This record gives sequence, structure tokens and C-alpha cells, in this order.
Amino acid sequence: MWLSAKLDIAESLRARWFLLYALVFGGVLVALVVTGLAESRVMGFTGLSRLLLTYIQICVAILPVFILITTVRSVAGDREAGVFEYLLALPVTLSAWYWGKMVGRFVVVFLPVFGAMAAAMVWALVRGFDVPWDLFLMNTAYMVALAWCFLGLGMLVSTIARTPDVAQGAAFLVWLVLLLFMDLILLGFMIQEQLPQETIIGIALSNPMQVFRTATMALFDPDLMLMGPAAYVIIDAFGRVGYMVYGVLYPMAIGTLAAAIGYQVFRRGDLP
Amino acid sequence: MIRFDTVSKTFRGRRVLDGISLDIAPGNRIALVGSNGAGKTTLIRCLLGEYKRDGAVAIGGLDPRKHRQEVLRRVGFVPQLPPPLKMPVGDLVRFAASVCKSDPARMEEVAGRLGLDMDIVRRQPFVKLSGGQKQKMLISIALGRDSEILVMDEPAANLDPESRRIFFSLLAEKESAVMLISSHRLDEVAPLVNRVIELDRGQVVLDDHVEDAVDLTGALKCVVDFTRPDPALAKALGEWGFAPSEGNEKHWEGRVAGPDRLRFLGTLSRYAGVLAGLEMKEEQA
Repeated sequence: MWLSAKLDIAESLRARWFLLYALVFGGVLVALVVTGLAESRVMGFTGLSRLLLTYIQICVAILPVFILITTVRSVAGDREAGVFEYLLALPVTLSAWYWGKMVGRFVVVFLPVFGAMAAAMVWALVRGFDVPWDLFLMNTAYMVALAWCFLGLGMLVSTIARTPDVAQGAAFLVWLVLLLFMDLILLGFMIQEQLPQETIIGIALSNPMQVFRTATMALFDPDLMLMGPAAYVIIDAFGRVGYMVYGVLYPMAIGTLAAAIGYQVFRRGDLP
Repeated sequence: MIRFDTVSKTFRGRRVLDGISLDIAPGNRIALVGSNGAGKTTLIRCLLGEYKRDGAVAIGGLDPRKHRQEVLRRVGFVPQLPPPLKMPVGDLVRFAASVCKSDPARMEEVAGRLGLDMDIVRRQPFVKLSGGQKQKMLISIALGRDSEILVMDEPAANLDPESRRIFFSLLAEKESAVMLISSHRLDEVAPLVNRVIELDRGQVVLDDHVEDAVDLTGALKCVVDFTRPDPALAKALGEWGFAPSEGNEKHWEGRVAGPDRLRFLGTLSRYAGVLAGLEMKEEQA
């Protein structure tokens, strides 16, 4: 499995999408660091926390779509280009190949996001600012969960769709549906229209992007004042610590389940 | 050693393989021929366990889909279209050697014999190599390990005559291996094989044994005379490594690898109208 993971990491590092991907997240953070840390000279701790919050909220918008599109394009593209035909004729088990590819891809998609955040923390340390390590660690855990979740969904879409175009279209649709059912868009509209609370909470708890957003918001706004009445119910039901655990475990479970279904489809179907 | 038992494969309602049954014994060197869409690639992919199918495929009694590692460890595969891998050639060799439990040096040694300078290409992305270099690299990976079964799809299509000659010698060293060589044209592979299987619309339409007295390592000294010089002819012979004798464009000399004799005659047949004489003699070992 590690050989497959290493192979995928090496292939991804040479791909143009990775360069763009790393530049986007690195660039976003550099921009935020410049403004955020300038502010923290006045506000201290609050400035760096606010920087993290902004970065995380940007991540929830762009990280899933980046992971989905690049994963499905490269996996389905490799299949169409004959990479699978050749490499899967070598004596490697399908489980090692598939899970190695997933682990390798996880390292590649997560490292630039984490690296940018860690670099900001290091820079803050060097400049003598207080670093909110608890927030940094929790955000890292949520990012891991979000990246794993969408990587699993990407692997599932890649194994079901037979061409890169269909895979890309399907991946975009998955992202769009999940994005729409967030509190800022359709979920907000449903609250406004006073739809049943159970429905709204059910959607909020099942949409991994919303779970990520709520969980990361709760780090900065423990009572979720900014998120309206649905959030109170969630916090009441789970408790603050309970929701933090849910915010990590649920997206991980979704990603693992999707990837496991993808593996079964991959294993039982035609490989190239 | 290899058995296909009523193997069928259907893609979206279209039957690509239709009840194929074959027994392949050790020492069989098979030309798998047929036109586009005849089912050659599909049959190969079923053999490699890459396609699910109806019927049974067994290599040494093992199903290649259920026992991938055990089966594929015995199989060297050269695809028709090289995969567009971005990794450096050195990484590809190391990866292949690791999963095949082989020594990368063996693969590199074969590459060297085929005329590929590993010191130059080692750091180059595989996808950036020329068609011939990619083919040589894939052949090196397939032959530079203990494979008992060689599955090759148009393996020599991109090789120059000298590399083809060395390739034939390398195959001769794998005398006991089962070879399955797929090609559109029988004359491309006929001298390499002792059995021909022709597919048409997913069915075996010919399964015959052929004369296999050709020495894979041998070569023929050739002298060709023409009634007049011809630029196209000069180019064709130049590609075979021939040269005009003492600058006489009507008199050419060169060497042809033993298994390539039919292919060479095929080239000459295009210029039969200006052919004045032909002499082909086996070189003594």
C-alpha cells in the first residue's frame, strides 16, 4: 500500500493541478496573514484567531470542490489513458492499490492546506504573537475530517463514472448540492420559511460541509449566536464537546464509507 | 498452463468475446491476430484479471481475479499504448521491481541491451520519452524479471530494426516462457511464434500450429539489386540499416534479423517492379 501511496504522491506532485492547488491555499493564507497579523498587533490573540476563522471559512467553500474535481479527474483520467491497464497488470493487490492511492492523495491534498496554516503559526511565533494552539489543533482535526470526507466521495464518484467528463460533472453536482444545503443558502431559506425544525436540523447534521462549518464556528462562537436557532438545538442535543467529536467523526465516517463502497465497485467491476 | 473455458465478455449489450475456449501449454508462443475490434485486447485483459467475464480463466489453475498477486507475479506485460506516466523512468523501474520482487538492475540491464542509456533517461519523465524509448522501457520491465508468461501487445511496433533484432534475442533467452503476442498483422509476428490464434468478432476462427524453425537469435546477410535508384526505396532500406555498396544506389547490402525476414520481404514487395536481384544468407554463428 505504501508503494502505491508513494507512487500517487510522486505523480500528484508533478501535476499542474497540485501547483495551482498549493498556490491557491498558500496565497489565501499569505493574504490573510498580512492583514490578520497586522491587525493582531492591536488586538493580540483575537487577530490570529480571526485569521484562522476566515481561513477555515474559505476552506469550506473551496477545499471540497478542489479535492473532488482533482481526484475524479486524475483517477478517471488515469483509467481512460491506460495507466490502470498497465499498472494493474503488475502484481499489486487491488486493496493496496486503491487504499494506497487514497492515502497518497490525502497526503497531497491535506499538506498544502495544513502547511499554509502551520506556516502562519510559526510566523506568528517568530513575531512574538500568542498562538491559539487549541484552536489550531481542533481546526487541523476538522480539516483532516473534511479532506478525508471529500476524498472518499471523490473516490466513489471516480469508480462509478467511467469517463473523466462524467466523473467531473458528477463531482461538481455533489459539491453544488452540499453547498446549497448550507445555512447561508437553502438551509437559511428553509429556516426563513419556517419548515419543520427536525428537517432543518437533520440536513444540517447530515451535510458534512455544514457540520464542518458549524463545528469550526463553535470554536470561536461557543453558543453559536451567529448561526441562529437551529444551532441552539444542535448544541443542546450534543453538548459542546459532543459536537466537537461529531464534527470530526461524522465527516471521517462519510468519507470512509464512500471510499469503501467505491472500493467494492472498483474491485467487482472492470479495472481499466 | 493457461486455460480459457467458454469465456464471454459483453460491453453494453455488445458481445466482444463469445464463448472462447483455449488451452495454452508451456512453450507455446502464440500470435494473437485479428482486425480491430476482434477481441484481442479484451482477451488479454481477461487473462490479466482486469475484466470480469463469464466463463473461467485460469493460469496454473488460479483465477487471475481472485489470486492477482500470485498470478501476475508470473506474467510480464507490454501494452500496445504506453501509459502516460509522469514519474521519472528510474522511479518506474524501482516501483515495478519492488512489486515484482525483482532487481531493478536486471531491468536496467535489459534496457541497456536494447540501446536505452539509463544514465540519460533515468531522471526523465516516462511520458516524455519517444515512442521507441517507451516501448524499450516497458519491454525491459517485462523481461527483466522472472516471468513465465509474456503477454505483449504489438511489442516491436515502435522499434528500429537493430532493436528488433536484440528484442528477438531477448525473447530467445525466455525459451520456456509462454508468449502471447497480439498483432493486427500476422507477418509482424509470425516468425516469433509456433501457434497462431485468430479472432474475429469475439470468436476463435483459426487455431493452428506454425513452423517454428526460425532461430530467434539469427540474422541474414542480404544483398539487393535494383534496376534503377529510387529515393523512396533508399529511405525504406535506410530504415532497415542498409547502405549502398560503394555508393552504388542500385546495389544495397545489410543485415536482417532472422525473425524479421518475412517483414523485410514485405517491405521489398512494395518495390518488386524495380527489383533486379535478391540474396539472403543466414550468418554463421
